[in-house]
Amino acid sequence: MSVYTLTIDGKDVAGSDGQTIMEVAEENGIDIPGLCHLEGIHDRGACRLCVVEIAGSPKLAAACVTQIAEGMEVTAHSDALLEYRRTITEMLFMERNHVCAVCVANNHCELQDTAEDMGLTHFDLPRISPKADIDASHPLFAIDHNRCILCLRCVRVCDEIEGAHTWDVMHRGLDTRVQTDMGIPWGESPTCTSCGKCVQVCPTGALFEKGRAVARGSKRRRPFLPWMKVVAEERGL
Amino acid sequence: MSMPDGAAPRPRVATVWLDGCSGCHMSLIDLDERLLEIFERADLVYGPLVDVKEFPEDVDVCLVEGAVSSEEDLHRIRMVRERTKMLVAFGDCAVTSNVPGMRNPIGVQPLMDRAYIENVTLAPQVPTRGIPPLLPTSQPVHKFVDVDVFLPGCPPHADLIYTMLDDLLSGRVPDAAGARFGR
Repeated sequence: MSVYTLTIDGKDVAGSDGQTIMEVAEENGIDIPGLCHLEGIHDRGACRLCVVEIAGSPKLAAACVTQIAEGMEVTAHSDALLEYRRTITEMLFMERNHVCAVCVANNHCELQDTAEDMGLTHFDLPRISPKADIDASHPLFAIDHNRCILCLRCVRVCDEIEGAHTWDVMHRGLDTRVQTDMGIPWGESPTCTSCGKCVQVCPTGALFEKGRAVARGSKRRRPFLPWMKVVAEERGL
Repeated sequence: MSMPDGAAPRPRVATVWLDGCSGCHMSLIDLDERLLEIFERADLVYGPLVDVKEFPEDVDVCLVEGAVSSEEDLHRIRMVRERTKMLVAFGDCAVTSNVPGMRNPIGVQPLMDRAYIENVTLAPQVPTRGIPPLLPTSQPVHKFVDVDVFLPGCPPHADLIYTMLDDLLSGRVPDAAGARFGR
């Protein structure tokens, strides 16, 4: 397996063929923000928060889906990149109806944390205020599309780890929604195993356990993610 | 408040309560004994916590709680802006429209029908007399007037309010370190 040397923010680092910029950065203690990236499932470059500059390339690249190459010079942090990431975060907020104060994930939310990390104190972009549904037909869980940022972690974990592929995506553009089976209510899904992995990996309060009050999100406390990683490695995902 | 002869005029602080729950004002009260220190250095000239009927001229710092949801809110925030040097969007409703803004995808008429017609058994009617009409959507303060300082939080923690007031009264530019939506 080839080993490549490259620089990230001027720091000399090395990684193997096939590794992404995000993985090599993580191994070297360089924090690149991301909301769709999750160790153990495939990356898909959905949220664009991890955009970096690569010397010689006119385009920004998503660190989670860009493989390293010999001699690559990566800029992961700059004033311009912070501004892009701030705008991306703002767009994630404005596309749906995020109300931190009354959200089940208040203070357990990666989107909320990201806004604080970016120093976002208000939003200048226009708010879309879409009509978005809540599907509470499942006996244990519910999805509130008002809080979904389309990171598609639920889709990937359901497919790659649970093997059920209950979740997928429907419609396009601003109308894009995650869906269960072919758009039938979650509670009627014949493929859902009620394992709850989608709820555990959701970075916001979009997917949640029923019966939990505001700010009681307690996600990521269950120790199934290490197991998930092992399974992913065994299956060569 | 009268001043001793020859003393420099003290900064004039006001607070305003638009479409919010008053929780941000409660958090302001949570400054506890630090309120005494702040109002040693400044005068509180208007707001729900003082008995003054008219928003005065020449206010140095005004904390605005709440979103702009009705025609009265809009009228008031424009007047406040004209008479205030440093206007602070105080808390999530002022900053993002927060909970009042949850009605935005619904629309005013369906909202009114739901609240006053559909669920009412005795003489259902939408109240109109003596009540300011709602704007089509509830919006953050900075959609209508310039805002100098944003302090998010639901409510902002008393420590953050203290730091901000201390900065403003000391002539420093406040930063929002530690402030976040929700909380």
